Amino acid sequence: MLIKQLSVFLENRQGSLCEALEILGRHDIDLIALSLADTTEYGILRMIVSDPVEGQKVLREQGLTASLTDVIAIRVAHATGSLSKVMRKLADEVNVEYMYAFANGEDASAVMKISDPVKAKEILDQNNIKVWTAEEAYHLNQMK
Amino acid sequence: MREERIRDPKMECMSRDEAAALQSEKLVRVVERVYKDSPFYARKFREIGLEPGDIKGIEDISKIPFTTKEELRENYPFGLLAVPKSQVARLQGTSGTTGKLTIASYTQSDVNMWGECVARCMTMGGLSESDIIHVCYGYGLFTGGMGIDFGARALGAMVIPMSAGNTKRQIMCMEDLGATAIACTPSYAMHLAESIRDAGKVDDMKLRVGIHGAEPWTVEMRHQIEDILGIECYDIYGLCEVMGPGVAMDCQYHKGLHIQHDHFIPEILDPATMESAGEGNIGELVFTTLDKEAMPLLRYRTKDLTDITYETCECGRTQPRISKFKGRTDDMKVIRGVNVFPTQVETTLLAMGEGILPHYQMIVDRKDNMDVLTVMVEVEDRFFSDEIRLMDDLKARIGGALKQALGIAVKVKLVEPKTIERSEGKAKRVIDNRNLV
Repeated sequence: MLIKQLSVFLENRQGSLCEALEILGRHDIDLIALSLADTTEYGILRMIVSDPVEGQKVLREQGLTASLTDVIAIRVAHATGSLSKVMRKLADEVNVEYMYAFANGEDASAVMKISDPVKAKEILDQNNIKVWTAEEAYHLNQMK
Repeated sequence: MREERIRDPKMECMSRDEAAALQSEKLVRVVERVYKDSPFYARKFREIGLEPGDIKGIEDISKIPFTTKEELRENYPFGLLAVPKSQVARLQGTSGTTGKLTIASYTQSDVNMWGECVARCMTMGGLSESDIIHVCYGYGLFTGGMGIDFGARALGAMVIPMSAGNTKRQIMCMEDLGATAIACTPSYAMHLAESIRDAGKVDDMKLRVGIHGAEPWTVEMRHQIEDILGIECYDIYGLCEVMGPGVAMDCQYHKGLHIQHDHFIPEILDPATMESAGEGNIGELVFTTLDKEAMPLLRYRTKDLTDITYETCECGRTQPRISKFKGRTDDMKVIRGVNVFPTQVETTLLAMGEGILPHYQMIVDRKDNMDVLTVMVEVEDRFFSDEIRLMDDLKARIGGALKQALGIAVKVKLVEPKTIERSEGKAKRVIDNRNLV
């Protein structure tokens, strides 16, 4: 249920995002989802990719700081209010550190880093909320 | 602790009284000699009405005028020679920030003494004739490469004179030739250690000892190099005007750097009064050379700040010991009226226990007539978090610790690894963008 997110430290300077993405591209690592958190001085690039372990390895080889973080990717229907319903279930028990969403075909997905992922999983299961498995998530772009 | 070997117990372990007697005898001789053979010193003596006969022993040393680096520059290149030029066997030097070199001259006997001093240091570091010493200090005018080389020759060890640069080739030679010791600047040692680790070659090395000097470094940095490579590192000190590396080094107890007191008289002087700072107090290190022939120096101001102890060391040596340097009077930056040394920043970064490698750079700017100190710190994998909150925490913690240590507010900037230039010579730790001249 937990998915490995690839996180990269980027300095705020021209071309730093490009460099990281080019390294992944050269090694045939696909991006499934991406979010860029920025501050005045640096940014953190968070990505779901086709092979996070390899992604971390190739970025590190090029001298970038990259880590793997456990996240959950929930699936929500294309319906008004569907995300808020899921969040309501989670809100009383766990905290969301950050979140980003992407839409792909039949439903939408939200990637979340949660303070207590085990607890979150319990709540999601109890409420029959679907999540992507790691294998699915890494290859979402190839699924019909 | 390994068994202590001492190359010259008579000189390295003599009592304080014996040392004082020997130094007095040699001081009287060198003063007489420079008055006779060095027009530079003869003039200096006459200017203050000092006669060689006024110096009867080390108790009179404070009567002798100081010698400064500026005087060396003004009398560039041979103005301080006390022997005919034909007796000079070699020159060494350092590049000054003002463009002109500082040149030091040596007779063959000076070179031999230098080699002997370095050999004593190497013995102190547990090296012997069976060691293979890989020297990646620069060879050339810089005293680092040649000085270590002379010492290794005196010791009878095998020398690999690699000189600086080309880290890949350095590692290849170290591995292939089975180096047991490396000699280089501490910042380059750190760079080498990281490169060897990253290449997965730590276990392929036979290294056991590192001898590092020529720039200030901290105990934490020493431990890091030691931990990565599984070696023991020593701090060697010297400056080309006085001789070169080998004037002092620390022993396996790492409780200060032993000064070769039979060849050099150290003094620690309060920079404000230029009078003795007293044992244990920080001041400027001043050297008088006792045996150098070509370019004897009397009370040469090193601009290095440290303190001294005369207590006998656990290793058995009686030589006075100076602490790790607290900085240089000219590296010191006055920022908003506060004295700041790069070593303070380094110590603080490491002491935070974040495993932060000492890759940092201080940038001093002046904005709206206010000094601003920015410390750039490289973000390494082990303390990177994908949460902005935690990264900002880290930044705040570094800023807080630096403020506490330095006494001024510091702007911290987190940068990607390897953005700060790794030097293969001396590290550039401070960039001062203020135009104060």
